[in-house]
Amino acid sequence: MVNAAYAIVALPLLGFIINLVSGRRLGEPVAGWVGTVAAGGSFVSTLIVWVTMLGRPAANRFSDLTIFTWFPVAGLHVNAGILVDPLSMTMALFVTGVSTAIHMYSIGYMHRDPGFDRFFVYLNLFLFSMIVLVLADNFLFSFLGWEGVGFCSYGLVGFWFQRQTAAVAAKKAFVTNRVGDVGFLLAMFLMFAHFGSLNYSSVLGTLSHGHATGLLAAAPGAIKGTTATAITLLLFLGAVGKSAQIPLYIWLPDAMEGPTPISALIHAATMVTAGVYLMVRVAPLLHYAHATSWVIACVGAGTALLAATIACSQDDIKKALAYSTVSQLGYMFLAVGAGDYVDGVFHMLTHAFFKALLFLAAGAVIHALADHQNMKEMGGLRKYLPITAITFGVGWLAISGIPPLAGFWSKDAVLSSAWQMSKVLWVIGVFTAGLTAYYMSRQFALVFTGQARWEEARPAAVASHEHHEAEGHGTVEGHEGTGPGLPAPAHAEARPKDPTWTMSVPLIVLAIAAVLGGGINFPAWHMDFLTRFLSPLFPAGTSVTISTGTKWALSLLTTAVALTGLGLGLSTWRTAEHPRLEPNFLRRAWYFDALVSATVSGPLRLAASGLAFVMDRKVVDGLVNGTARALGASGRVLRHLQNGYVRTYALGIGVGLVVLLTYLTFRVGN
Amino acid sequence: MTVPGAWYLVLAACLFGIGAVGLLVRRNILVMYMCIELMLNAVNLTFVTFSRMLNDLGGQDAVFFILVVAAAEVVVGLGIIVSIYRRRSGATADDISSLKG
Repeated sequence: MVNAAYAIVALPLLGFIINLVSGRRLGEPVAGWVGTVAAGGSFVSTLIVWVTMLGRPAANRFSDLTIFTWFPVAGLHVNAGILVDPLSMTMALFVTGVSTAIHMYSIGYMHRDPGFDRFFVYLNLFLFSMIVLVLADNFLFSFLGWEGVGFCSYGLVGFWFQRQTAAVAAKKAFVTNRVGDVGFLLAMFLMFAHFGSLNYSSVLGTLSHGHATGLLAAAPGAIKGTTATAITLLLFLGAVGKSAQIPLYIWLPDAMEGPTPISALIHAATMVTAGVYLMVRVAPLLHYAHATSWVIACVGAGTALLAATIACSQDDIKKALAYSTVSQLGYMFLAVGAGDYVDGVFHMLTHAFFKALLFLAAGAVIHALADHQNMKEMGGLRKYLPITAITFGVGWLAISGIPPLAGFWSKDAVLSSAWQMSKVLWVIGVFTAGLTAYYMSRQFALVFTGQARWEEARPAAVASHEHHEAEGHGTVEGHEGTGPGLPAPAHAEARPKDPTWTMSVPLIVLAIAAVLGGGINFPAWHMDFLTRFLSPLFPAGTSVTISTGTKWALSLLTTAVALTGLGLGLSTWRTAEHPRLEPNFLRRAWYFDALVSATVSGPLRLAASGLAFVMDRKVVDGLVNGTARALGASGRVLRHLQNGYVRTYALGIGVGLVVLLTYLTFRVGN
Repeated sequence: MTVPGAWYLVLAACLFGIGAVGLLVRRNILVMYMCIELMLNAVNLTFVTFSRMLNDLGGQDAVFFILVVAAAEVVVGLGIIVSIYRRRSGATADDISSLKG
């Protein structure tokens, strides 16, 4: 039943086409259910393929299905093909799974939004692109998905494009990602130059035999370290753009302008992990490029720390989560750089669960408070939103690394491999873990505990609600009888409450996943399923080899740090008066955006205006206008010849004839 | 006594010259038209002359073609001239120097 893999790709595409063609007529909520069923079907197909694969011996779990030949040009032969192997199936499982939950959540969240059907068009197209990205059997087809998710991200960040900030954020995300894409493209050119192919199997060796070691030695023309380093560094540039690492992370916090389900799906769980997937995919190449591994690990650790510090001082509930995502992605890269690919994927999975959960819960809070996102004006919501509070709490403990929740196991594994690589990276990682626990506790305390501050913020909230209404955002859940465009002053004092079932079911499902997620790679009792499932893909000798005693000590230490952070965060931010612990440079994200504006856009702007006013005005316009003026002048001279008198023309003919004849006579004469 | 061929050619050249000068100096459309015909027939005369001198009938063939085409041209040209005179009597070639009707 490996052929069900076709359905994984086809169903989201089908849902996209149906919603594109007739979404407006299907309307709400049918369009949403079409999208959800397509995503769910894709998830079920993935499960079928996965179960089929599990039934086979480990060396026999690779199949390459060709859908059609995409383009056969001279030396380059590219198929639109699906590669079914443990890594792509792991990715597909969590992408389709989380995606289904979020599709369902969106039906409730996007309720009464005028763009309801458009939302699901984008969402299904996104899922299709993401599936192509992870299932493709060559770099170019993956790149198609890579660009597809980038486009959908653009469309969904700018979903409420009537808002200036959303339109600008969408553009920023798109442009920043292009910088990384240059790296991806150059890497593909290099690969083609060196291997003559873009297929994973040709570039990375024949994985179908399951012997990843020495793959490249067996490949035609064993690769040189420099080439491997160049290719992987360029690919990493692409990954840095897509996965929001230093220095290209700046787009992700701004991308929070999109609807919250989008932040959860694209900008936390799936798309931003594409870069990690790519680096894990090229693990056999990384094996030959130690310099790249170090770059990846250092960038990852640096990003984790930097973003975590920024997250400590954000007031916007979604921005704080966004910086947290950047930070967690840094952890994944740290693992990949340390050569611990399995745990990179493991952390990606658990992160997908708890971060999607946190975002969706944050969305429920935002919804309940009429689109209010400032955490300083929340508080005490535990009593009003019990389901949201409990599920958010689960996410909070999971991301903080409190055992036995999912985040603990994956983060612990990542930190062990960091320890093996370099003690400095480990210290950064542990410190970041403490910060993570601190800022998440701060967030939980501000939103759910303490005094309810949203009562006095209500007028502002309603005003901003009206504001959004005017600009086309949906209305609050549970305000029956108020159509779009009609704020409900009578209900403005209504208590915030938990969302409808379409929204709370995904919350509960993801919360369960966030609790039990660690079980997929439990480091004892032979329950390390993920490691055994994925390890045939990776070069040997990349597993962690530190002793059990050290491991225990490290785990205890990490947990102690996390608990300290947790305690500090809670005790500091539960109080009525908030301490002034948010220095301005952290609020402004280390002025990094300002720095980029000053260094990149400043000179660029100057150059552009130089081009516009000197090059364009003078040279280009000068050329065009000059040509016109020269033609006009010559016409003014020549038009005297065309006076309309027959005799002038006859004379002209006569004179011409005489000249011609004279010439011919003399020529013939000579 | 036979007239030498050169005389015919000289006559033809004179006729052509008269036609050409007439075309350049006269303003009356009808007269200019006659001048054109004069030039055409001067050419015809040279064709015939050379045909005789070289014992080649090809020249006379050409004359017939020219006669036929000239006849057709006369029909069209005279038609245009007549319609011009209908619109404005006594018009000269210089009066109709622009393409406007």
